[in-house]
Amino acid sequence: MGFFNFIRRKSFSHGIHPPDYKEETAHKPIRRLPFAPEMVIPLSQHFGAAAIPLVRPGQEVLRGEPVARADGFMSAPIHAPATGTIEDIRLMPTARGPKVESIILKAHPGASQRVLYGAELDVDTLSAEELVKAVQDTGMVGLGGAGFPTHVKLTVPPEHRVDTLVVNGCECEPYLTTDHRIMLEHTDELIRGIRIALRASGTRQAVIGIEDNKPDAIEAIRERLKPEDPIAVQEVRTKYPQGSEKLLITVLLGREVPSGGLPFQVGVVVNNVGTLAEIGRLLPKGEGLIERVVTIAGPEVKKPGNYLVPLGTPLRFILEQVGYFGDAGHLILGGPMMGTSVASLDVPITKPISGLIVLPEESANDHPDRVYPCIRCGTCVDACPVHLNPSRLGQLAARRRYETMAVEFHLNDCFECGCCSYVCPSNIPLVQYFRIAKSVNRERAA
Amino acid sequence: MASVMHIAIAGTFMAGLGVALASVLAIANRRLQVEEDPRLDDIEEMLPNANCGACGNPGCRPFAEALLAGTAEPAKCTVNPVEVNQAIADFLGIDLGTPDKRVARLACAGGSHVAYTRARYRGLKSCRAASVVSGGGKGCSWGCLGLADCEAVCDFDAIQMDQHGLPVVDVDKCTACGDCVDICPKELFSVEPISHRLWIACKNRDMADEGEAHCEVVCNGCGRCSADSPEGLIAMEDNLAVIDYEKNDLTSKVAIERCPTGAIVWLDDVKGAIKGAKARRVTRKQPLPERVEPLPRL
Repeated sequence: MGFFNFIRRKSFSHGIHPPDYKEETAHKPIRRLPFAPEMVIPLSQHFGAAAIPLVRPGQEVLRGEPVARADGFMSAPIHAPATGTIEDIRLMPTARGPKVESIILKAHPGASQRVLYGAELDVDTLSAEELVKAVQDTGMVGLGGAGFPTHVKLTVPPEHRVDTLVVNGCECEPYLTTDHRIMLEHTDELIRGIRIALRASGTRQAVIGIEDNKPDAIEAIRERLKPEDPIAVQEVRTKYPQGSEKLLITVLLGREVPSGGLPFQVGVVVNNVGTLAEIGRLLPKGEGLIERVVTIAGPEVKKPGNYLVPLGTPLRFILEQVGYFGDAGHLILGGPMMGTSVASLDVPITKPISGLIVLPEESANDHPDRVYPCIRCGTCVDACPVHLNPSRLGQLAARRRYETMAVEFHLNDCFECGCCSYVCPSNIPLVQYFRIAKSVNRERAA
Repeated sequence: MASVMHIAIAGTFMAGLGVALASVLAIANRRLQVEEDPRLDDIEEMLPNANCGACGNPGCRPFAEALLAGTAEPAKCTVNPVEVNQAIADFLGIDLGTPDKRVARLACAGGSHVAYTRARYRGLKSCRAASVVSGGGKGCSWGCLGLADCEAVCDFDAIQMDQHGLPVVDVDKCTACGDCVDICPKELFSVEPISHRLWIACKNRDMADEGEAHCEVVCNGCGRCSADSPEGLIAMEDNLAVIDYEKNDLTSKVAIERCPTGAIVWLDDVKGAIKGAKARRVTRKQPLPERVEPLPRL
């Protein structure tokens, strides 16, 4: 029977199997990190318009109090992660590049972990619209990495009919174990969050997709589900990038999101387990999102683990707390496949960041970036999960034919998972080329 | 005998078919012929055929059509020498138009000898790629990354990287096509009329001391140039001096005189960018050492 299970187990074609390095932190319970003396809270931590500050320098704020409000529907408010004083609002570096306006918060030395702001909500009596509004008030954005405001995802345009909520518990990036721990430790909140999301989005059933390297999480959720719950747990094969929302929809439901389209168009709403667990925890209490679970791992970390980090904690403080070995020199925010290297220790943990990986500095003598010519082996074509031709795209990128790439070779379907760069035997930085092409095309269109 | 017959039939048939199709083509040629101004090809020949788009048309042939239609002036072609444009004007019997020489200008002077790097970037050698990874390794988030995307994209060889890793525009070769403006991820290039002599070679919006910690030629927002100039010529926006070129007639070298860092310059045809007398003199030639942020002490 086991053999047939393996065959039945769902997956998508192509993709890669990088070493997952999860054993280091997968069994470590979530632990709290203390408040940093000074926190940096960027006003733009999400996809969409930056939040508008509600505070001025010198003002005292309570833990959980809103410090910035959403600028329209496509935006999310921000709450104070600790009781303290607003020091300043100024430009601070971010992991992605340009400096952004950030609120500098000085935490009171004796600030308590109790959340002092928020009014309880009777979630069961709220209508779908009220639920969506309540979700926006929590400042919730996709905690899986994209940072798309959750209330926007839950608002189904009237012209689309949705029937299924897909809950993404794949966590396919190496090192990261935050979703795994949340599914194990916050199972009840997760299920509550799923029920809320079902009502808010008007979907009838939910499917939780979990990779088969997390059998304990699958077990834990199945145990807590009541028979009348319209929620199913579906085991999927461990493979990168299983956690991509469009691939997961195809794997679980056999529906393909059209090129350039959204999950709505095939009747699906997708949310990450971390996001839904936070909704299940915060919404009944009427609180805002002020901390999140971050996996801090990598060969150079002294105390790797899953930490509950107040949003706005600078990396410098985290490194002081978890310790590091002498070779540490390369920090990555997010997972190693799709995350970004950091150039400043003032960069804070923001809402979409699920991991901090500390790697040794590459010595100047190895040649990690020596690029050889393309030998047309087709390995990248076999790896691309959305069936593009990275080799051809790479050749076009080298000639800067960015429009041809988008029009004829579907560049915009690339979600930058990095499989092509990972497998390329010639070390060609394919996904980096594609990012350049996409950024140039975006600017030309603007 | 029969085989000769067969060959003859086949030959006749093929010949007949040829004549029939040829007459179709001949008629089609008459009926469907597009009347084209015979001068179009001549003008196109006189144009550089670089198809750079600097004139505002998609390419040289559309520009030639615009010239014939009278909706463009020959001087709009910035690639051709003036004499050739004059020849086109004479050929068509129209006015040359005002030659409007424009060039690409770089709003950064932070080469490796004056600007610090805060992290080592080791990826693909492209400014575009570097800028999405924490904005590249440069201390100043707004500054030139020096990985030469503009040099690579320039079709006219008008941009060369200098010894400090800054692009230098050859004013004579630059056709103001705007390719460098598009490719620069920090948006440091802009195409300016050559009459714009006063220039702010900086885009840093940091507070004064923070900006100066990363670069010696930063605009620290002191406001001296603004105070010394005629009213309204130079505004201070987010710690950065911004020149209102609508009032270009009012510009003079007075504005650069008291600049402490030399971020505001006077662009001279012969001497290049001239800094004011009070500007910090940088004699250093070698790059500054890397100043990678140290990890916290445990």
